[in-house]
Amino acid sequence: MDPIIKEYKDKLPEKVLAEIEANIPARISQTKLREIMELTVVEYGRMKVEAGESVGLVSAESIGEPGTQMTLNTFHFAGVAEMNVTVGLPRIIEILDGRKEIKTPMMEIYLRKPYSSGKDIKQIAANIKETTLVDIIAEISITVSELVLEVTFNEAKLKEFSVTASSVAKLLQKSVGSFTITVDGLRLVLKPKTKDLKNLNELYRIKEKIKETFIAGIKGIKQVLPVKREEEFIVITAGSNLKDVLKLEFVDEERTTTNDVFEIASVLGVEAGRQALINEVFKVIENQGLNVDIRHIMLVADAMCAGGVIRGITRTGVVSEKSSVLARASFETPIKHVINASLIGEVDYLTSVVENVMINQPVPVGTGMAGLMVKPGSVEKK
Amino acid sequence: MEDEIVDYEKYVYKQVASVQFSVISPKLIKKVATTKIVTPELYDKEGYPVDGGLMDTRLGVIDPGLKCRTCGAKLKECIGHFGYIELARPIIHIKFIDIILNIIKSTCHECGKVLIPKNKMTYYFKILETIELEQGIDTRRQKIKEIIASLKTTSKCPHCKAKQHKITLEKPTTVVEGEKRISPIEIRARLEKIPDEDCEIFGLNPLHARPEWMVLTVLPIPPVTMRPSITLESGERSEDDLTHKLGDIVRINQRLFENINAGAPEIIIEDLWDLLQYHITTYFDNNIAQVPPARHRSGQPLKTLTERIKSKDGRIRHNLAGKRTNFSARTVISPDPMIRLNEVGIPQEIAMKLTIPEKVHPWNIAYLKQFVQKGAETYPGANYIVRPDGKRKKITEETKEQFLEEVQPGYAIERHLMDGDISIFNRQPSLHRMSMMCHRIKILPYKTFRLNPAVCHPYNADFDGDEMNLHIPQTEEARAEAEVLMEVQTQLISPRYGLSVIGCVQDSISGNYILTKYFTQLTRSEAVDLLSSVGITEFSRLPNRKTVTGKDVFSCMLPEDFSFVGKSRSKEVDGSNEVVIVNGKLEKGVIDRSNLGEGSGLLLRNLHKKYGPDKTLQIINNIFRLGIKTLLKRGFSVGIGDSDLEVKGKEKVTNILKKVDMDVQKLIENYKQGELEAFPGRTILETLELKILEQLNNARNESGSIATEATEDSTGTRIMVESGARGNIINIAQMAACVGQQALRGRRIGIGYSGRTLSCFKRGDLTPTARGFVSNSFKSGMTPSEFFFGSMTGRDSLMDTALRTPKSGYLYRRLANAMQDLRVEYDGTVRDASRKIVQFSYGEDGIDVAKSEKGVINIKKIIESVM
Repeated sequence: MDPIIKEYKDKLPEKVLAEIEANIPARISQTKLREIMELTVVEYGRMKVEAGESVGLVSAESIGEPGTQMTLNTFHFAGVAEMNVTVGLPRIIEILDGRKEIKTPMMEIYLRKPYSSGKDIKQIAANIKETTLVDIIAEISITVSELVLEVTFNEAKLKEFSVTASSVAKLLQKSVGSFTITVDGLRLVLKPKTKDLKNLNELYRIKEKIKETFIAGIKGIKQVLPVKREEEFIVITAGSNLKDVLKLEFVDEERTTTNDVFEIASVLGVEAGRQALINEVFKVIENQGLNVDIRHIMLVADAMCAGGVIRGITRTGVVSEKSSVLARASFETPIKHVINASLIGEVDYLTSVVENVMINQPVPVGTGMAGLMVKPGSVEKK
Repeated sequence: MEDEIVDYEKYVYKQVASVQFSVISPKLIKKVATTKIVTPELYDKEGYPVDGGLMDTRLGVIDPGLKCRTCGAKLKECIGHFGYIELARPIIHIKFIDIILNIIKSTCHECGKVLIPKNKMTYYFKILETIELEQGIDTRRQKIKEIIASLKTTSKCPHCKAKQHKITLEKPTTVVEGEKRISPIEIRARLEKIPDEDCEIFGLNPLHARPEWMVLTVLPIPPVTMRPSITLESGERSEDDLTHKLGDIVRINQRLFENINAGAPEIIIEDLWDLLQYHITTYFDNNIAQVPPARHRSGQPLKTLTERIKSKDGRIRHNLAGKRTNFSARTVISPDPMIRLNEVGIPQEIAMKLTIPEKVHPWNIAYLKQFVQKGAETYPGANYIVRPDGKRKKITEETKEQFLEEVQPGYAIERHLMDGDISIFNRQPSLHRMSMMCHRIKILPYKTFRLNPAVCHPYNADFDGDEMNLHIPQTEEARAEAEVLMEVQTQLISPRYGLSVIGCVQDSISGNYILTKYFTQLTRSEAVDLLSSVGITEFSRLPNRKTVTGKDVFSCMLPEDFSFVGKSRSKEVDGSNEVVIVNGKLEKGVIDRSNLGEGSGLLLRNLHKKYGPDKTLQIINNIFRLGIKTLLKRGFSVGIGDSDLEVKGKEKVTNILKKVDMDVQKLIENYKQGELEAFPGRTILETLELKILEQLNNARNESGSIATEATEDSTGTRIMVESGARGNIINIAQMAACVGQQALRGRRIGIGYSGRTLSCFKRGDLTPTARGFVSNSFKSGMTPSEFFFGSMTGRDSLMDTALRTPKSGYLYRRLANAMQDLRVEYDGTVRDASRKIVQFSYGEDGIDVAKSEKGVINIKKIIESVM
């Protein structure tokens, strides 16, 4: 970096410095550069937020207002062959609620260099997908007379997932301990160990249960779709399991991501969670063709993450963290808050907005924040 | 001046520093009470409140003639005073039943100590404290139970070795130990035994909440002012729900007393006791599970304390967090393009009702006397004079002369509104701060509020019957704040995206577009005519030629040292879309919505930055008028002929539609023969649908572009679309060529269970016509089935809007509630009300979006200016 630009490290944000660096002509005189820097500092000073600015409410307005213009359609087709995604208002609500279970978890898995070229991309994708017993069998049947379950495999599928009948048998044994499993070529025969399993219903229940037995791939990845994106192939999945996907050796762990904010926070930490939150909200708003500055989304994300974990904007989340009893009570479940406050002997110091509205006092933001440092008595003496 | 200081010091200004919450103790109840209530009777035969009754005048007064016996003040001056009743037997407070049960379960019934051994106490106390910090008080209470259960000493008290029994709750308020019911007397006795230190384990602060206070022995009676009765037209009194409920309580309580004193059998006493418990329970909350709600004789449930506080129409959200105001007006709005942007037109009728108080000083006394002279009936007059002691007197024909003599410095005159006064204008829903802006008043004839169409966008207003509200700030401070912080020009730049929210709209855009694109041969007199009708009298900036262009006229709106390079959405006659302004002269380009419109383009933003809000407002104002006047001069209209296609164009459209029909037919054929290959992750049918949809959309788009080509360039419709004033290409295409596919939830109209969309089609028909493709144009008219499909999508979008509004409203409320106390501190950090840091620097760089250019510093421009 140019030494002159470096000098301004404390005066200007890094992003601005980088932008100047990128935009100045290659050969520039010292004086001109300095002039640019000085002008930028002046400009920056002009744009800074004033103390007391009620940025929280401005952000809330900036996200709440375009909310009325968003679509409610939960699903839409993103292109011809991609999968369903929650978009629009429902998605925003989902994110800001801080829901642990999201409606349509999705991953974008980027691949490392040799793999991303597209060779064997289908195979790679298939390896990621969660495979259960149903995916590799040709038939599953119950012989009522003998009370046994018979599983017949699809040979091609077995090869595709590189498993054998016996290895599957082992996996099955874990989930159904009370059966003896015999391997017969492409067939598995499951026999109850004890004869007291007379109930046919039970057998049917087991039949449904073993269908879900996990065979290969990564748990939680319901659907995979290889997609070409700018010269490279990536895998888009329905269902998400960031932790396990990142362990795969062919995955580019720097770019691979999921739309499950909580998952990112738990695997990579809150700061990553915060960034994911910002990205996800911004993506939705942009997608709807709306124009909201990223700072507003940042503030919301920061408010959600300030406690070290992601909290939703709900009465059990961010709002419950407020220091003021009256502010909490004015949101939802007022009685509960007042009763609890009385038990602890809580004191409300009236430091935020609503309480002061309630008792008709100036609110401590904006022009209401300034105080006069003069004692009333001292005026008279003059 | 001497007098004035004394005047101010008369008032004691106090500020509430904090509010303490605590459980009220019986002692305190008695201390704050003025009256002991002993009789359920309300009024005597004469209709006066009974002493010791629920309407006792010591509790405050609600009748105009009476005086409060506690403070001596009259109605509206006395805020009321509490009373109390002594309960014959203790009653459990329903709201505390959970915590009472928790405490009873976790403490020894003999010695009252918590069932945790002494040596482990500090250890668990710490655990509990951290739990409360992390997860809140409810989890803490839960945890105490868990700890005690885990200690396995439950059956014996670790302190006095007394045997402990299992305690359960029979909802709602009966506590059972083993098989036996514990009476509230016993509960209270046990709670009393608990030492203060042990209370703290439960997170109670014994100073503010001793556990035994949760069992009531005295009940506070709220002042009558809180439960006023209403007199019906028939002269009958109708009491408030709370009074009814309290009447029940007092009555049963008296009966209970009498029975106890008379030594009635235990069963009768128990029954009365339970009844009293029921009444007091429903007095606090009439909506508790397992408790039948207390009802009026009509069967409608009573609205008791909890219902009064709770929810949207409760005390907190309705009266405390939301307030009502005087000096406001509401009426229908209508447009007035000639009014200034920061003005609002007010009917004289309203101006004569709303007033502004002006303090009388020696130097304005003559001026203000004029208003008094005119009286309340003539405009501009005055409605009231305010004496220095605060008494307001109405000015009438009779009192006028007297007041004229009386008025002297120190008085205030409430005069009618006049041009230039400050007002706050608002339209609901007030979703962002631009929904409430300060406008200058302009008195106009007729009965609607008038506003410039350019400010519709921030208010999201139109004139199809919208109403708006107007407020008149009454103090100097309020007016100053409104003027400095809220006036329209200060709100030009949206804090949401850092661009202008106010710009030209509708006709003014078409006008400027026509002016800068088509007006190339204006005679000088025409140009001068235009300019002067806008209000510009300085013509020296017009080039000294016989004929001038529209661009020259437009240039007169811009400051002389303004330069700008940008792009327009529409093209110049020669095909370029560059806009170049050099030193206040529009050299090149067409002015349309991308530069004049709200929320787009940097022309307005740059003007604002260079010349400040006031000048920008003036410029927008002028440009707006110029557009309107241009249209007035030229004339502008749209007609059905605008969407006429030339013969060739028509043919092309029919061909496209024919072709797509065949293509789709082919696809269906392929599908039926099983030759269609499915997209990954989709069924064959889904694939077919997707392919058909794609084909049909293509057809619509193609015919649309042909329609735009084939319609005439200079028609009103086209001009509106090109300039961005109204409508888009799809609108033209739908009028001229083909309406296109009607889609429901991203698919063609579904066939449902009946296998077809409408009964005029065959079952399983997959053709475009049968699945909602409208091949007619709006002009050619639709077939009945096409029209029906259109209605289906129309209904769908109506539903969408209806469902979305409350959802997004709730999201907004939550956001606003959670974030309202975040503010920027003097050190640049963003903190919440408890001063916890949320961001170290607002938005990572401390830039205020409303002061930025689209959220960033324009580095390139700075570099350019230096180079």
